[in-house]
Amino acid sequence: MSERDDEKQSAAGAAKPGASSAEVGQRATASALEAGSQNIPAGPRGGRTQLEVIATHRGLFGVEGTGDTSGFGGLVSTIALPPASERPYGGWFDEVVDILVEILTEQGLDPEAVLEKVVVDRGELTIFVAREHIDTVCRALRDDQDLRFELCLGVSGVHYPQDSGRELHAVYQLMSVTHVRQLRLEVACPDSDPHIPTVVDTYPGNDWHERETWDMFGIVFDGHPSLARTLMPDDWVGHPQRKDYPLGGIPVEYKGAVVPPPDNRRSYR
Amino acid sequence: MSASTNARPTAARPAGEAPGAPEFVAEGGDWAEIAAEAERLGEERIVVNMGPVHPSTHGVLRLVLEIDGETVRELRVGTGYLHTGIEKNMEYRTWTQGVTFCTRMDYVAPFFQEVAYCLGVEKLLGVTDEVPVRASLIRVLLMELNRIASHLVAIGTGGNELGATTMMTVAFRGREDILRIFERITGLRMNHAFIRPGGVAQDLPPGTTDYVRELLPNIRLSVKELQDLTVENPIFKRRQQKVGYVSLAASMALGLTGPSVRAAGLPLDMRKLQPYCGYETYDFEVPTRDYSDSYNRTMVRFDECYESIKIVLQALDRLDATPGPVMVADKKIAWPAQLSIGSDGQGNSLEHIKEIMSTSMESLIHHFKLVTEGFRVPAGQVFQTVEHAKGVMGVHVVSDGGTRPYRAHFRDPSYSNLQSTAMMTEGGQLADVVVTLASLDPVLGGVDR
Amino acid sequence: MGIEEKVPAGFMLGTVEKVVGLARKSSVWPVTMGLACCAIEMMATGTPRFDISRFGMEVFRASPRHADLMIVSGRVSHKMAPVIRNVYDQMPEPKWVISMGVCASSGGMFNNYAIVQGVDHILPVDIYLPGCPPRPEMLLNAILELHEQIRNSPLGVNREEAARKAEEAALAATPTHQMKGLLA
Repeated sequence: MSERDDEKQSAAGAAKPGASSAEVGQRATASALEAGSQNIPAGPRGGRTQLEVIATHRGLFGVEGTGDTSGFGGLVSTIALPPASERPYGGWFDEVVDILVEILTEQGLDPEAVLEKVVVDRGELTIFVAREHIDTVCRALRDDQDLRFELCLGVSGVHYPQDSGRELHAVYQLMSVTHVRQLRLEVACPDSDPHIPTVVDTYPGNDWHERETWDMFGIVFDGHPSLARTLMPDDWVGHPQRKDYPLGGIPVEYKGAVVPPPDNRRSYR
Repeated sequence: MSASTNARPTAARPAGEAPGAPEFVAEGGDWAEIAAEAERLGEERIVVNMGPVHPSTHGVLRLVLEIDGETVRELRVGTGYLHTGIEKNMEYRTWTQGVTFCTRMDYVAPFFQEVAYCLGVEKLLGVTDEVPVRASLIRVLLMELNRIASHLVAIGTGGNELGATTMMTVAFRGREDILRIFERITGLRMNHAFIRPGGVAQDLPPGTTDYVRELLPNIRLSVKELQDLTVENPIFKRRQQKVGYVSLAASMALGLTGPSVRAAGLPLDMRKLQPYCGYETYDFEVPTRDYSDSYNRTMVRFDECYESIKIVLQALDRLDATPGPVMVADKKIAWPAQLSIGSDGQGNSLEHIKEIMSTSMESLIHHFKLVTEGFRVPAGQVFQTVEHAKGVMGVHVVSDGGTRPYRAHFRDPSYSNLQSTAMMTEGGQLADVVVTLASLDPVLGGVDR
Repeated sequence: MGIEEKVPAGFMLGTVEKVVGLARKSSVWPVTMGLACCAIEMMATGTPRFDISRFGMEVFRASPRHADLMIVSGRVSHKMAPVIRNVYDQMPEPKWVISMGVCASSGGMFNNYAIVQGVDHILPVDIYLPGCPPRPEMLLNAILELHEQIRNSPLGVNREEAARKAEEAALAATPTHQMKGLLA
């Protein structure tokens, strides 16, 4: 019985998300199915889902020209991340966003321009911030009495090569020890101009994390005291964790055969 | 050659020079006079490289020190000598295979990475509430034992770096007991890859809880012996007290977490703040001190070992009382968790093979699809934090709806902790650098990933 | 009162190679080249339970000038490779290398841009020890294997001869991926 329900669920393409946030709890809408996306997270109640498409993949096996005759090479799948959420967000998310909007308005900034998008997904709050204002937002989050996000748990880079104009994302995770909350700030910048202002003045602990993000992704943090390579040798060329950088393995030699390295093998996406 | 004595510090200096730095211009004159002048000023900074291969840098860490006599003026940390590209490698493996990669980051405390990653994947899947209680109990048991093992290594190698080799032998002796427990449960002493998204790889072998209870007194004895060697030891106290001080404000600003910030007075422990795996139901305390120097950091580690033993005992009692599955019920995610020991080693149990080969076609398909393709995780991103032995470990997992992580980034506590080394050591003595580094306990596998 | 009594005229005969081999294997001092997880198992081998001290090897020298053996334990990244080569070059002859663990032997599970796929790309390795990480007992097995090699290693002219023969054999050998017909 439960297996048939499972099949239905996976056929609809959505899995049950996390328990906390009530809004994002439904199945994918028909529009998502039409678009051919698999396993996209559910959108807000009712209405059409505005898909946040970041990539389109062709083929199931990831590599071309390997003599695959299964037919899965013609599969087209749309990859969509969770879309912007609508108010009310649930829990303490509304309060935080409201205070942030208030602080930005007081400083004379347009909140709509600074906070590009708010996504509430799987019980977590993600705020997309325009890159020029990331330090302002961080300072507001750190200093305001009701926000007090004192601890920055680092910057993580993500590279979405097909999301043109917004290829490189830097994800800042902030934690409030006073209020026991966590929140995520995401900043996007294009490949052609990969500059993001540094938040080291607000969160000195982000120093090495920004260096690592520069090292691995090529995001230049303007104003950073010493943006040097930290994981790769100092004279390395290229930024390894980008999607267009190869994994760089060598074929593995066995007795009588050679197995290609992981990024050249034919395996499921 | 004129005998003019122009060998005096000049006031004029070109732009860009550090103000206050004396400059010696030698235009003829006696070299001995210049040397005497330099000696009189007593300033001679040399740059020393405590290179990646060093018995006291806790791993392949490079420290470039600018020392003035015995005082460290500037310290620069060079990491990256162990960079393995684990995070990028995980993007080419399925979600379950990712566990074997992330386990090898901080190799002294591998279970924490596994649990953090699996909790993140479970959050993305939305099955956090469906993970069976027994699986969470096993995770807690393994994590706490690993915490004790990690602290033993930290304190032991710290002592070894100071020259007290006995501390290392005592600490590793206690750790060997813990590794025996791990071997009994997971099959390996280190880098287990035992915790899988959805639960754990297999249930505890029968008799494990009694075995652990049998070995716990020995472990406690090892911790106690280490304490006896260090707590009131005048040499240990002289070397470690008031060394490597960091204030609470500085720790919060620099992202320093773990025993260091608890020694500064803040009970920052993710097990209490944002509990996971049922930690809110356990009875334990978060030990703190009020002054974060090397000595107090070591003392906090000792206290944490005893707290962990308390948690282990509670977990053991609950394990005895809670039979049940150790994997989620959803067969599309659940890695076949029924393994048993056969004549040729560990493998699928005969009942499972009989089931998939003769009884249930669906089980066979599930098994096949899970092993070859892996399960698919809905698109999205999560950030999961756990309380690692060394601080707050965070995992940022991004999924694009496929069978592999799109991006898995690990916020390793040692990486962030190592940033504060410069702050703690500059202005102190050269010998204190080793002490501070040992009390900070970075594990370079986690730092460099 | 012993074997000396039985030997004709109180003389024993042996080869220089045998005596030197016996002496060399009896206290091989390793250099601290602990890199990653295997280093922890190497340290565990030095602890009382597995006790590398019974072979006289618990003194891990920090200075390569004093050391005979380099146990490369752990993954070798490209950043670390020149450092390892540097330390190896500083070791005086005779010296041996054990590559401990799969990462040191062949790159292990990390077939990527950051790891040297086998430390034998930069050093001549005597013993390859697989495992991830190898148990301390496995490391001791490798060490004993190395002791046998040291004990039986040729000297002088014999050594050059042996090296030449080994090189010829290696050049004439079939590459691994062309070894066909083994499944028969």
